[in-house]
Amino acid sequence: MFFKTKRLAIAGIMLGAAATLTAAPVQAENVLRYANVGDAATLDPHALNTLVTLMADIQMYDALVMRDPNMLKVPGLAESWKNIDPNTWQFNLRKNVTFHNGNPFNADDVVFSIKRAQADTSQMKGYVNTISDVKKIDDYTVQVITEKPNPIMLDQLVNIFMMDKEWCEEHDVVAPQNFGDKQETYAVRHTNGTGAFKLESRDPDVKTVLVKNEDWWGKKDYPSNVDKVVWTPIANDATRVAALLSGEVDLLTDPPIQDLARILTDPKLKVDKTSQIRTIFYGFDVKSDELRHSDVKGKNPFKDVRVREAFYHAIDINAIKKAVMRGWSAPAGMIIEPPINGYRADWDQNRLPYDPEKAKALLAEAGYPDGFSVQLDCPNNRYQNDEAICQATVGMLAKIGIKVRLNAQPKTQHFPLITGKDTDFYMLGWGIPTMDSGFIFDYLLESNGSWNASGYGTPELDAKIIEIRGIVDPEKRNKIINEIWTQVQNDIPYLPLHHQVIAWAMVKSLSIPIEPNDMPRFYWANFK
Amino acid sequence: MVSFVIKRLFQSAIVMLAVALISFFLFNFVGDPISNMVGQETTVEDRAELRERLGLNEPFLYQFGRFVGHALQGDFGISYRLQRPVEDLIAERMPATLELVFVSAILAIVFGVVGGLFTGLKKDHWASKLIMTTSLVGVSLPTFVIGILLIYIFAVKVHWLPSFGRGEVVDIGGWTTGLLTVSGWKAIILPAITLALYQTTLILRIIRSEMLEVMRADFIKFARARGLKRRDINYGHALKNTLIPVITVTGLQIGSLIAFSIITETVFQWPGMGSLFIQAVQFADIPIMSAYLVLVAFFFVVINLTVDLLYFVVDPRLRADVKG
Repeated sequence: MFFKTKRLAIAGIMLGAAATLTAAPVQAENVLRYANVGDAATLDPHALNTLVTLMADIQMYDALVMRDPNMLKVPGLAESWKNIDPNTWQFNLRKNVTFHNGNPFNADDVVFSIKRAQADTSQMKGYVNTISDVKKIDDYTVQVITEKPNPIMLDQLVNIFMMDKEWCEEHDVVAPQNFGDKQETYAVRHTNGTGAFKLESRDPDVKTVLVKNEDWWGKKDYPSNVDKVVWTPIANDATRVAALLSGEVDLLTDPPIQDLARILTDPKLKVDKTSQIRTIFYGFDVKSDELRHSDVKGKNPFKDVRVREAFYHAIDINAIKKAVMRGWSAPAGMIIEPPINGYRADWDQNRLPYDPEKAKALLAEAGYPDGFSVQLDCPNNRYQNDEAICQATVGMLAKIGIKVRLNAQPKTQHFPLITGKDTDFYMLGWGIPTMDSGFIFDYLLESNGSWNASGYGTPELDAKIIEIRGIVDPEKRNKIINEIWTQVQNDIPYLPLHHQVIAWAMVKSLSIPIEPNDMPRFYWANFK
Repeated sequence: MVSFVIKRLFQSAIVMLAVALISFFLFNFVGDPISNMVGQETTVEDRAELRERLGLNEPFLYQFGRFVGHALQGDFGISYRLQRPVEDLIAERMPATLELVFVSAILAIVFGVVGGLFTGLKKDHWASKLIMTTSLVGVSLPTFVIGILLIYIFAVKVHWLPSFGRGEVVDIGGWTTGLLTVSGWKAIILPAITLALYQTTLILRIIRSEMLEVMRADFIKFARARGLKRRDINYGHALKNTLIPVITVTGLQIGSLIAFSIITETVFQWPGMGSLFIQAVQFADIPIMSAYLVLVAFFFVVINLTVDLLYFVVDPRLRADVKG
């Protein structure tokens, strides 16, 4: 009797299982469940220039020029383009493209979107500030006019998403959010792009659901079987990893590097990596006459290149890579990365070697045989293991007699020190959205660059930096770029540490091209 | 009684004003919100212009006065991070926090009172000793460790419960509730236990020690001598006499549940006011921080007032005093 019931029960379970199998829908929906540390603050594509906002927008909005998985520029909403003269770019727009609400995309929208990105309340205006006019030639031809030749126009336009003029007018969002207003604007939580995904629901900080746009023009170029994306930000590192391990999410783009080994032990998971377009380095104040926090009075030791070289020799980057970064970093000899125009592998791969004896000798030669004291300003919530890197550095510099007082604090307190140029010795990481050295020259190497807290710069160098802004001929331009870097590599205003490595942890059944700007494109993803 | 309540309400206004003033003073140290609001490419002039637009250049007292003035009209400004009105954001997040606190408080009271009575009445029972030993875990382990531990066991290892979020929610006239869906209940279990653990232990231990005290009191002996039923003595006379400290502590603890749900919410990515506040701190989102702190002060004030009023109900001596 007992056996009989048990057997019956088993048969019942099997029948049930069979029923579930047959009842399963023939075409299962492929849902990509994605988690990262934090949500986009707004979906307005011109309101905020942060990586996560651009990442969210790029799923739903397209730009005239886009990038392929190898970071090469490819046609987006513009099918082709040419320079009519050095100051005029002509774009031929893609035809039969519609916005998610059904409105057709045409030249009016391009003119409108570029002007919207130039608005006072726009944070994207830095990418379009060389543009003096945008002209509609016909419905599918637009001319972008600059006052001076702009060699990186296309690289800049990659970041400018196209919005629908009618939709913006209808919802009163012809300009991005102004904080002076007491209202939330419609574009903060609603989108209407031409992109690969449509916004299905949006609950900021909680859950955002995107569904595939079946009418997307790029479907043929980028076939993807992802039907839906569910994006749930998880702020806590341990919880985010737990959610991946427990099978509640399929993709993490920012797993903490100390957890990667644990993730790799799971047979269902994999980790893809690539070198990120962000280099971590230290900056020295080479300009002030006296350091703010040092026992050396009346002079600034960092003005002497031998002192900077001594610091360079004192840092054991391989130890930092092994102990602090668990192997997930690429030691750098240059503060730009491989895909950036101007990069030279021979410089990057030949850091000054770790040599504390030589460092001490250099310090003695510079007049500091017993070292000196200095404060290191360091963020503690911005870069991968930022504070730990600084702590390791303190120990390494102690070996050559430099007494470092570490001032590690959140980025909200750290960055004002740099933009306010109020630091002696500091950590900074820099990424380049335009893929061109000119970007880093403008911000970090021109003497009054807004992030150049080192104060480094000479009139000759400044002249070259200004000169390349207007040179369109690549060969001529690259020659000057190379001259600038040669000078910088010799002067060491910045001590390169490493290029960050991006590691994305995901289920094995998912494939998504990992790209150096750390921005997953869900329309490149496929489930096996 | 009425004058007592009015007096207390007046005091609460002063408390909230003081909290607002202190928090505004502290905002000078949270860093510069501008660097979070703009990309690294933004020019110095644009930054300065944004500072000006946000009114960050004005003197501290002026900023404070403006905040109070607007707050009195129910306007807490626009969040720097989410670009939405703060009162909307807090109203959206409040249900999640209050539901979590509600479930945790129920857990804490039920398990605390039952466990406290049991261990108080049968202090030599082996189960009492077990409860007392395990309750040490509740007081000694930090909340986030307990949370991570629970996630590791119930989400990663056995896959019974979700590791984050609130599950499916149902919107009832602006109040989103997770208590009407299966996934909602599944999602609330771990955070509620995490949040309740400390409070459970606290209530349990207070009731136990009070019970031990009261059971030795003369009136209990007399009650026994009168031949009253043991149940009436334990739950009618003894328990009632332990309640004053328990109500005080529980009341204050509910305030802390709301205030300290921050850690639990962060660990479980619970979309409540606590995680909103934490993100605001990281972003230096002053409008949200100020509104949240004032709101928490308000909760504490209201809870304390409720506790004071409950004393009247429980303790007849207080009622006599008021009449006299």
